[in-house]
Amino acid sequence: MSHCPALTVRLEQATPCPLDVAFDVPHGAVLAIFGASGSGKTTLLRAIAGLHRPASARITCGAATWDDTSAGVRVPPHQRRVGYVPQDYALFPHLDVREHVAIALAHVPSADRRARVDALLALAHLDGLGERRPNALSGGQRQRVALARALARDPAVLLLDEPFAALDGELRESLRRELVSLQQATGVATVLVTHDCDDVARLATHVVVLAGGRVATSGTVEELACSNALAAHSPRWDPAAVYDARVLGHDPERQLTRVGHRGLEFEIPIVAASIDETVRLRIPARSVVLAVRRPEGLSLHNAIAATVIEIQPAAHAALRIVRLGAGDARLLALVTADAVSNLRLETGRPVQALVKSVAIDAWLPGLGA
Amino acid sequence: MDWTALRLSLELALATVVLLLPLAFLLARWLAYGRPRARGLVESLVALPLILPPTVVGYYLLTAFGRGSPLGRAFEGMAGHPLVFSFEGLLLASVLVNLPFAVQPMQNALAAVPEGVRDAARCCGLGPLDVVRRIELPLALPGIATAAVLTFAHTLGEFGVVLMVGGSIPGETRTVAIAIYDRVQAFDDRGAGILALVLLVVSVAALWATNALARRASGRP
Repeated sequence: MSHCPALTVRLEQATPCPLDVAFDVPHGAVLAIFGASGSGKTTLLRAIAGLHRPASARITCGAATWDDTSAGVRVPPHQRRVGYVPQDYALFPHLDVREHVAIALAHVPSADRRARVDALLALAHLDGLGERRPNALSGGQRQRVALARALARDPAVLLLDEPFAALDGELRESLRRELVSLQQATGVATVLVTHDCDDVARLATHVVVLAGGRVATSGTVEELACSNALAAHSPRWDPAAVYDARVLGHDPERQLTRVGHRGLEFEIPIVAASIDETVRLRIPARSVVLAVRRPEGLSLHNAIAATVIEIQPAAHAALRIVRLGAGDARLLALVTADAVSNLRLETGRPVQALVKSVAIDAWLPGLGA
Repeated sequence: MDWTALRLSLELALATVVLLLPLAFLLARWLAYGRPRARGLVESLVALPLILPPTVVGYYLLTAFGRGSPLGRAFEGMAGHPLVFSFEGLLLASVLVNLPFAVQPMQNALAAVPEGVRDAARCCGLGPLDVVRRIELPLALPGIATAAVLTFAHTLGEFGVVLMVGGSIPGETRTVAIAIYDRVQAFDDRGAGILALVLLVVSVAALWATNALARRASGRP
């Protein structure tokens, strides 16, 4: 039954914060619950874990019903196969790192636990720290312990509450990479609560935008980014096309890597990825220039023949978001309203979309891990 | 030196600790984690022995334990002797009077365990009993130790309630504190002095042990 989702969530409550949401998490997906703080994201996560009971809930995980208020079904948290990483990690002050992992291995025969602990510590890059207690760990190490503990339970669903909020710049990036490799290695369906646009652009395969306790919009990250729905519902989202492209080839002489997605091809500064590997691309709308003819004599590598699908207002009154189609692929361009009238841009008009290679944010989970 | 009184005091103190701690832990846990409507009332009742004069507490216990009361009659029917002026009556009184000394440190210690930590334990697959055993008990250990030591020391020193409920029956209800009073009444200053010194030493040792435990648990040297 690979078509049925890993997790289905239907929740409704008026207090303590209003929530009225419904969404599914496909198998292997990383679903980002994206929204401003105070939109009920944490409450939603706690409800999935069984730590909070909404007035009305129906939550199923595979064949198991975890919550069904209408039928009086409620599975307690310890009987749900969830791995939960709360925002403050909530480590156990009296237990060392090994014990943190071992305590969640009750389902594993005791003879195998030692080996499982070793494997999980290695997976979370915690080797050599097994005897430390939380107060002797750095912020990044604490996050890894919380993650290892959550994975120890062999969860059907991994719940992450702002997992990188407490970490700074570089560490955040490297832990994002670790998280993606862990998630891909285990294939566990993941619900990621975040207000950080980078988390969405880098980690999410699916997005639910939460506003005032309701689902403002939802879909795959590619759909929502490329239709510019994310910017419409979140002022902090910088309009950009986001997709997973495949590495087509490298040109070591020119120091360029060719990547492709839905028939579109881009050249980007060379990345250390093997052919056919997936690269997460973010192409900011502000870095896409529109021309009515194919220009010459530019330093540009990526000139894409496209058609205007729609012209949307942008956050700034003087600017417009132009949605472009090139075959099945989509692009966004942020241009001035002045340019729209100068170039006589309108739906259906063919244009050249010019994308600077260096403006394309190419992100590889494995890189630097 | 009244060895019988000292032995009786130690027995009473030990029995009080053994009997009271589990009860007080449950009560403390309920007060710390439950959201009982009656919490304010229960907390006040628990703290009452701290405020009321021991004679007042003793008077009510005497009334409640007396041969005319249902409790007194039921006990006498089972045990064959009255509850008042017996070791059992003294023990029951001691458990009640020590409630605040046992409940309050444990309640504070349990309340200091973040809710998120207990939630995380549940999400690790620990059932309610395992959360108590592997998370709450170890984290509340300093509070539990404090409760035990305070209860022990306070039982050794309790005078008014013991006198009211137990009287001064050698080997049955005459504790060290009562024996000291009797010695003074009999102008036996030396006897009273020795007993007082023993009580002083035991109390100082108990408080020192509490502080040492609390320091060790909080990680300070």
